[in-house]
Amino acid sequence: MKGRVWRFGDAISTDHIIPGRYFYLRSNLPELSKHILEYERPGFFELVSAGDFIVAGHNFGLGSSREHAAIVIKMNGIQAVLAKSFARIFYRNSFNNGLPAIICDTERFMEGDIIELSIEGGQIVNHTQNETIHFTPFPPVMKKILNDGGLVEHVKKYKDLKLV
Amino acid sequence: MGLTLAEKILSEHADREVRAGEIVVAKVDLVYTQDGTGPLTIRKIEEMGLKNVYHPKKTFFFLDHAAPSPRFELSNDHSFLRDFAERTGSQISDVGNGISHQVVAEMEVRPGDVVIGADSHTCTGGALGAFATGVGSTDAAVAIALGKIWLRVPETIRVVVEGELPIGVYGKDIILHLIGKIGAAGATYKALEFTGDAIQHLGMAGRMTIANMAVEAGAKVGLFFSDEVTRNWLIQMERPQDFKSLSPDPDAVYEKTMVIHSKELKPTIACPHQVDHIKTIGEMGNIKVHQVYLGTSCNGRLEDFQIAAKILKGKRIHPQTRMIVTPGSRRVYLEALKDGTMETLIEFGAMAMPPGCGACVGLHEGVLGDGEVCLATQPRNFKGRMGSPKSFIYLGSPAVAAATAIEGKIADPRKYL
Repeated sequence: MKGRVWRFGDAISTDHIIPGRYFYLRSNLPELSKHILEYERPGFFELVSAGDFIVAGHNFGLGSSREHAAIVIKMNGIQAVLAKSFARIFYRNSFNNGLPAIICDTERFMEGDIIELSIEGGQIVNHTQNETIHFTPFPPVMKKILNDGGLVEHVKKYKDLKLV
Repeated sequence: MGLTLAEKILSEHADREVRAGEIVVAKVDLVYTQDGTGPLTIRKIEEMGLKNVYHPKKTFFFLDHAAPSPRFELSNDHSFLRDFAERTGSQISDVGNGISHQVVAEMEVRPGDVVIGADSHTCTGGALGAFATGVGSTDAAVAIALGKIWLRVPETIRVVVEGELPIGVYGKDIILHLIGKIGAAGATYKALEFTGDAIQHLGMAGRMTIANMAVEAGAKVGLFFSDEVTRNWLIQMERPQDFKSLSPDPDAVYEKTMVIHSKELKPTIACPHQVDHIKTIGEMGNIKVHQVYLGTSCNGRLEDFQIAAKILKGKRIHPQTRMIVTPGSRRVYLEALKDGTMETLIEFGAMAMPPGCGACVGLHEGVLGDGEVCLATQPRNFKGRMGSPKSFIYLGSPAVAAATAIEGKIADPRKYL
């Protein structure tokens, strides 16, 4: 499925993704999700459409363990996050919620590019730039979580943790 | 080939010898969440169709971030957490008890444990030689309901801190210096293992400061040997039976070794808005400060308050600066009251908040306005973390905090020592 690129820089923390001052909305996810990335991109909630992509630089999702960061991205219909690297806890949270976190060279992606992701093929086609980028395959354990539809679904299915 | 601390602990919890790079399902000794991550954790447990808590006596729900609650929505979250804990027989640590990481270090964490917390600073427990790591709510839900977690065994970066720390240099300066060297992603997915004579002589408070900020370099854990300092801490906490000696094998394999020479260290500051924007105190220039914040899971211990009190004693706070002090736990608060440390701080002009995460979360008890500057001892300085996205957070040691409160600008503590 094709989608639009929203371009962000390096070191986008979970405080950027969903600021700590909205702590009181964490049990109200529909309200919380309206504040997605608002310091970095005021009005992002209004701008973003289902199927779009967040594309960033290094160390995306650093900081707090708040899983709400991955959840609000998913709730806003983002298909996947592409970054040069991810912080550890965000990376897990992302797959646990069925949101692919894709490590690749994002240098040449521009704001507004129309791209198409093939998880099976391990590639991203950038239709605007006429370019195909191959990404690092998911670690097997992440692939299994993603295929099961996230960790909740995995545990529902097996009534246990069956990842190794 | 020998094992690193991380490999040793995870081998024991996976019932086989494991090496860096392997995926393990490890038994969990202790699991906790806080009030910002706990409600989602409970909802995830329910979504998984699971009802029971695997080990209720070793499952804690902390109410520490919004403590006491400044908003009714958070009061409702607190009620939700209390109800779940009561229903499942698991443990609640209610408002006023203190920050999760501090309270578990006092009461629960044992050398060699696997500790899982739905809070990024869970790595604080590495100071006691525990494989303590932060996760999100779903992973915490699995740990609570099933008593286990999957982990990739991390490669280890060995950090050797040699020599004797100069006067005015503390654990905070060591970890800020290290993060400045390797960057905020310099240890992502890795374990940090701290050793060297400066580390051997560092008390538990300093070790906890360093372990706490391991995550600010991206690390999964920040591990210390379990030694005489650990033994003394556990004796002081009235649980000497929890001690066991723990160190890596002499022929353990490290991804790399970094050496820090103590004599080269100076009071160190992280500048807005990233933890790896590091400068030494001499490079700071004239930075006027509106709020000084002493406390948090990084530096909210008695030793931290004593360092500040020694500098502040008999002086008055700068008229254009306010100072907020938040003890890490009820125990810390009581100790600081009994030994006169708190009195010194309050006489100087500081105000005390109840034990908890306080102003670091940007929720209450010292929220920054537009253009305001804060010098804080907390572990993190992201844009907008303490309130307005137009405010500025600098991070430094309790000694820097004290000197700054006297002068109203970021100041070198060494002239007061």
